[in-house]
Amino acid sequence: MIKKLKPKERMKIPRAIMPEQDPQVRNRNFDEVPCGLTEEQALTEAMRCLDCPKQPCVAGCPVEVDIPGFINLILEKDFAGAARRIKATNSLPAICGRVCPQEEQCEQVCIVGKKHKPVAIGHLERFVADYERDNDLVQLPEIAPPTGLKVAIVGSGPSGLTVAGDLVKLGHDVTIFEALHKPGGVLVYGIPEFRLPKAIVQAECDVLAQMGVKFQNSTVIGKLDTVDELFEQGFDAVFIGTGAGLPNFMGIEGENLIGIYSANEYLTRSNLMGAFKGEETDTPIIHGNNVAVLGGGNTAMDSVRTGLRLGAENAYIVYRRSEVEMPARIEEIHHAKAEGIQFHLLTNPIRFIGDENGKVKAMELIKMELGEPDASGRRRPVPIEGSNYIMEVDLVVVAIGNSSNPLVQATTPGLDTNKWGNITVNEETMETSRKGVYAGGDIVTGGATVILAAGAGKVAARAMHKYLMEEIKK
Amino acid sequence: MPKVIENQPLSDMIWKMKVEVPRLVTKAKAGQFVIIRVNETGERVPMSIAGLDRDAGLLTVIYQVVGKTSALMTTIEAGGEISDCVGPLGLPTHVKKWGTACVVGGGIGIAPIYPISQAWKEVGNKVHAIIGSRNKDLLFYEEEHRAVADELHICTDDGSYGHHGFVSDVLKNLIDSGEKIDMVMAIGPVPMMRVVANLTKEYDVPTWVSLNPLMIDGTGMCGGCRVSVGGETKFACVEGPDFDGHKVDFDLLVSRLSAYRDQERTAMKKLLENPKCQLTKAVRAFKYPN
Ligand SMILES: Cc1cc2nc3c(=O)[nH]c(=O)nc-3n(C[C@H](O)[C@H](O)[C@H](O)COP(=O)(O)OP(=O)(O)OC[C@H]3O[C@@H](n4cnc5c(N)ncnc54)[C@H](O)[C@@H]3O)c2cc1C
Ligand SMILES: Cc1cc2nc3c(=O)[nH]c(=O)nc-3n(C[C@H](O)[C@H](O)[C@H](O)COP(=O)(O)OP(=O)(O)OC[C@H]3O[C@@H](n4cnc5c(N)ncnc54)[C@H](O)[C@@H]3O)c2cc1C
Ligand code: SF4
Ligand code: SF4
Ligand code: FES
Repeated sequence: MIKKLKPKERMKIPRAIMPEQDPQVRNRNFDEVPCGLTEEQALTEAMRCLDCPKQPCVAGCPVEVDIPGFINLILEKDFAGAARRIKATNSLPAICGRVCPQEEQCEQVCIVGKKHKPVAIGHLERFVADYERDNDLVQLPEIAPPTGLKVAIVGSGPSGLTVAGDLVKLGHDVTIFEALHKPGGVLVYGIPEFRLPKAIVQAECDVLAQMGVKFQNSTVIGKLDTVDELFEQGFDAVFIGTGAGLPNFMGIEGENLIGIYSANEYLTRSNLMGAFKGEETDTPIIHGNNVAVLGGGNTAMDSVRTGLRLGAENAYIVYRRSEVEMPARIEEIHHAKAEGIQFHLLTNPIRFIGDENGKVKAMELIKMELGEPDASGRRRPVPIEGSNYIMEVDLVVVAIGNSSNPLVQATTPGLDTNKWGNITVNEETMETSRKGVYAGGDIVTGGATVILAAGAGKVAARAMHKYLMEEIKK
Repeated sequence: MPKVIENQPLSDMIWKMKVEVPRLVTKAKAGQFVIIRVNETGERVPMSIAGLDRDAGLLTVIYQVVGKTSALMTTIEAGGEISDCVGPLGLPTHVKKWGTACVVGGGIGIAPIYPISQAWKEVGNKVHAIIGSRNKDLLFYEEEHRAVADELHICTDDGSYGHHGFVSDVLKNLIDSGEKIDMVMAIGPVPMMRVVANLTKEYDVPTWVSLNPLMIDGTGMCGGCRVSVGGETKFACVEGPDFDGHKVDFDLLVSRLSAYRDQERTAMKKLLENPKCQLTKAVRAFKYPN
């Protein structure tokens, strides 16, 4: 009966609005903000899809999820089947449904979006993945007979997890080496619980473990073993997915005062080390009353919303451009505003001021205006002379981006990098300048997105399988 | 999870732990450190490498009870496990033939200078070792150092053993006595490293110190371990922990180390009040110095 609705009628259905925790409640807890669609909402939302023959949405997704295909399965109420359809190209739907910047990807090009609001592809993706997991319908894929070949994966972020899943399915013996004590990369140490519950990431890792992937946590490649030593130990190929984990600072006066964190440190203390749970865990974190976060990306939004939840009276975003240039997902900016985050746009810090105990107590800011476009195509912010002012703060989080961590590159002779230290690869295969060594994710692109990292993992896994079967196995 | 082979007190508040981490031990070098997590909700605490038994695959750390995590470490019995031991982290100490070298260890620093003394001795240096503590009870590793160093100098702050005075006094006497020292490595409490560095600066003797800022990951990811050396910010976990003592901003280090003092004290107080926790009587008597 659903299918019988005419396109016009379907377009009249309003886009589903996912229920959310009330902003004034959620800004003091760490539970997930959006609560997921109900089954009824999902079915109605699925009707909005026109099943377009040209499928522009599919091309808009970096890993080409069969969007109309999985939406049709929702209409047939085969939710688990829909989840499996997505997993054919994207192994992390519960995660991507939550954190993909859909408004710039699949949903941006959705036909319905031309006149109305686009189909809520991300919400539907999350719905079916949660349905599958919550109802214990996750099926382990069939695992090919063992090939006898061994693969080492360095880093357990979305790129590494994707490579692991794809290669273990094909019968390879896969080990993930992770520097931290828990797998997941940014998904566990960076993105907070209220946006991506850690149980979901753990569930994905558990599935991989059941498929036979070995996790070696607390193992820093480049320190314990080098890439060459992995080969000596019998690994036949190596994938490097070490991310962009070296925090940038501004290099201005007073930056080493107590109470000035990099976003990585602040979020790691809160998420990975569990400081947000208070005394349940042992890692301390500074609770600020007036918290300022410098930057305008997802990392900045995550930090400022964490600050608010940890009890700040005032939580500010200080960003040197205007709102349209903010790299954060629109949804996160909206969420932040609804929760009471105060935005100081076109503003840049020029120094930090400390008290007699070396703790930050204020910062001096300067107003900016937008000038000519710069290399990134965004209009360059220029300081307005004489517009300086002082803002009282007791906690500052610097979220102005990360560079690549050099540990692996520095200990792997012959591994080519670009001038920013990112590993250079053949984009069709993700192969590096070293035979049998592949790389993908943020270590190649610089800070990007979960789905791009996962997509790079897909490409690498395909090429690695070919290499293993054709050149190693013979 | 790494197995604890031995865990025993050297004095009331200083303990020695041996952990079985064979792979780590084959790679570790003097001057590097590991990060230990005692249990699932525990902090990640950095510990210097105080000994390596490569045949048995054992790592020795020597730790001082200063707060909750180090107190909890004392409760792990031989045969038990710790959640994690990651490493080796940081850069190894430079090992070179300097000529005549001097390793200076104050308090808990007596431990990590021991493998450095060994390494410097192995490449043909004449090595003086100066070890000192507040009193006789707190001194340890005397025999170990005696077996390695060409000359061992011992001192205590209260004169209860060895020279009466600080390690820096002994070093000054040594230099004044006409011994030409080509390189110094000093490890210990921050005030001690500062005094030694100030002294050797006067005499123009190059000096390494090993810095102990707060750390989390130990891989360069968080920037929590920032120190200032020669006016430049460095991440001690990847660019250190050894730095040129004449260039270190010790004031900043002291200040940053105090960042969580109140929270640390509350955590320790709660632990000491918990009757279920298997702390020894001596550790239960723990008091913060004022
Ligand atoms: C706070 C924050 C919020 C974000 N929000 C979003 C969002 O909403 N949507 C989105 O799409 N993207 C978001 N991103 C970006 C996204 O998380 C990253 O692009 C993505 O995680 C990159 O994946 P990766 O596999 O390259 O590596 P990472 O996730 O960075 O993981 C790399 C892993 O490698 C490990 N590692 C590093 N060096 C070594 C070594 N030498 N040996 C062993 N292990 C090592 C690290 O410990 C880490 O676990 C966000 C990023 C941050 C920091
Ligand atoms: C490279 C390095 C090597 C070290 N080697 C040794 C060693 O061989 N033996 C030893 O006893 N101690 C060593 N330390 C210090 C040791 O890590 C801390 O004493 C320990 O973390 C204290 O934890 P706690 O919970 O018992 O005390 P807390 O109650 O947490 O703190 C008490 C004191 O320890 C310091 N401290 C707390 N957390 C850390 C941390 N993550 N990193 C550094 N200092 C911290 C605080 O400044 C405070 O003064 C080293 C530190 C570093 C950075
Ligand atoms: S993976 Fe991301 S971009 Fe692709 S369909 Fe899903 S939500 Fe859209
Ligand atoms: S573009 Fe939009 S309407 Fe068309 S198939 Fe994709 S999701 Fe459905
Ligand atoms: S401890 Fe995190 S960067 Fe050094």
